[in-house]
Amino acid sequence: MLLRGLGVALVVAFALIIVVPLMIVLLASLKTTPQFIQDPLGWPESFSLANYTALFAKQPMLTYFGNSVFVTLFTVSGELLVAGMVAYGIIRTGRKTGGWMFGLFAAGLMVPSQVNMIPIYELVHRLGWSNSLAGLSLVTIAMLLPLSVFMLGGFMRTLPGELFEAGAIDGASEWRLLLRIALPLSAPYFAATACFLFVIVWNELLFPMLLLTGKDKLTLPLAMLQFRGEFVTDYPMLLTGVVVASIPIIAVFVLLQRFFISGAMAGSMKG
Amino acid sequence: MKAGKRIALFFVPGLTLYAALFLYPTITGFYYSLTNWDGISPSYDFVGLSNYRELTEHIIFRKALVNNVKFMLFVVLVQTGLSLLLALRLARNTKRNVALRALYFVPTVLSSVSVALIWTFVFDPTQGLANGFLSGIGLGSWTQNWLGDTGLAIFSVAAVQAWAHIGQMVILFVAGLQAIPKELIEAARLDGAGALQIFRRVTWPLLAPAAALVVSYTTIQSFKAFDLIFTMTGGGPVYSTEILSTFIYNTAFSSYTFGLASAGSVFFLALIAVITYVQFRVIRADRVAY
Repeated sequence: MLLRGLGVALVVAFALIIVVPLMIVLLASLKTTPQFIQDPLGWPESFSLANYTALFAKQPMLTYFGNSVFVTLFTVSGELLVAGMVAYGIIRTGRKTGGWMFGLFAAGLMVPSQVNMIPIYELVHRLGWSNSLAGLSLVTIAMLLPLSVFMLGGFMRTLPGELFEAGAIDGASEWRLLLRIALPLSAPYFAATACFLFVIVWNELLFPMLLLTGKDKLTLPLAMLQFRGEFVTDYPMLLTGVVVASIPIIAVFVLLQRFFISGAMAGSMKG
Repeated sequence: MKAGKRIALFFVPGLTLYAALFLYPTITGFYYSLTNWDGISPSYDFVGLSNYRELTEHIIFRKALVNNVKFMLFVVLVQTGLSLLLALRLARNTKRNVALRALYFVPTVLSSVSVALIWTFVFDPTQGLANGFLSGIGLGSWTQNWLGDTGLAIFSVAAVQAWAHIGQMVILFVAGLQAIPKELIEAARLDGAGALQIFRRVTWPLLAPAAALVVSYTTIQSFKAFDLIFTMTGGGPVYSTEILSTFIYNTAFSSYTFGLASAGSVFFLALIAVITYVQFRVIRADRVAY
């Protein structure tokens, strides 16, 4: 009984530790600066959207948002296509070649981004891709290949090979086998991988910071870093930025919860 | 065209991207670590292993290593312990438990920059929630300069890292718990075992693979942590929160010593490779049959 009570207390306490900071941030964004200085943590006497209108007036929020959407969509769809093809190749080619390919890509899981960031920074400048959202997306697709091949390949390997052999005997092309057999059978898994990648790319900081320089090219996390510099002591404005940048991803999470959670599970099996 | 060749075509886009934008840069990193390049000058010299020698004597690098171990130990202990306790309570798929697990997961989908800014506010010495709460419940003497104290800052950031990832670990533990056959626990209960005894003798041994997964994942995550520290403290005050990843970044892009930074990154790669290898061995060895 005592154990049970302690367990319940812990569950409730942790829920509060999650909710209260988020709540305080939301409330702070709804206070005017004088209100906030007077009482930074309390319930606001009146709710004001002044910070939100000021943020959208002072900052090209829609541009930042558009940049993040572009990079995320381009990267995640490109990643699923390229890594999906590799994963399909791995299960269709001989056991030995497939194993080697899987190992070659999975080995990349051991390489932290800080290891290849310096040469990539240099390479991207040499190629003239700096400050290009498409260039950033290509780099990100390459960075995420080890993880994606690991996740998709790991799953596709569990599909029975006879399915494809039967299809091939019936004269189906490889593309047809991929689109008509492999893809439908692993659709929930593709969705989970897509959600996992979506979170990573939407929130990515390091490579956008290294490769994007112009204010018109910033993604949301970079824009927030910049707000921190601009609104040094102006917490209400800074936190309004946090709320605006977080709402889309929380909305997507609420809608697609199931896939986020299975994606997070599969993704954790890697390094 | 033969079947083998048609399948080989499926590797072409992936291999091209991987070779050009991943393998090639990684190998170039090794090469830069043997030079004195500053990242700007068009020319540089080959200096052999002198960057590695300099690294072993570098005070900030050593400090970063120690800080990284402190950070890792704190995160592994707190994150694994709390997520296990929470998972034990939330393992059954009732509506309320599913909702709570989703709630705990929310910080995982927020960007680390958002999480960092939220907690910079919570830890603000005068306007923040942490000190405000302590004063409010009469513990005013416990208030701290959470991110400004050189002894405390690394643990404050580590606590935020745990806050942001516990939800993900709860999911892993819940999956591990749900994989344990109910009959085993039922049988132990019928034999008169208490809750603690059931946990120690039945649940825990069978949960070992999930626990190994959580611990190794958390270890690697805490070595790779970058965004949180970069945004919250930038490695300060006086390098007290500098870890390997921020050390490499600052050495490259603040001090413009690309050669030294590359040597640091080669060391970093070796460290992560060893941990990953151990992780795979442990997870494979720990597979339980039931």
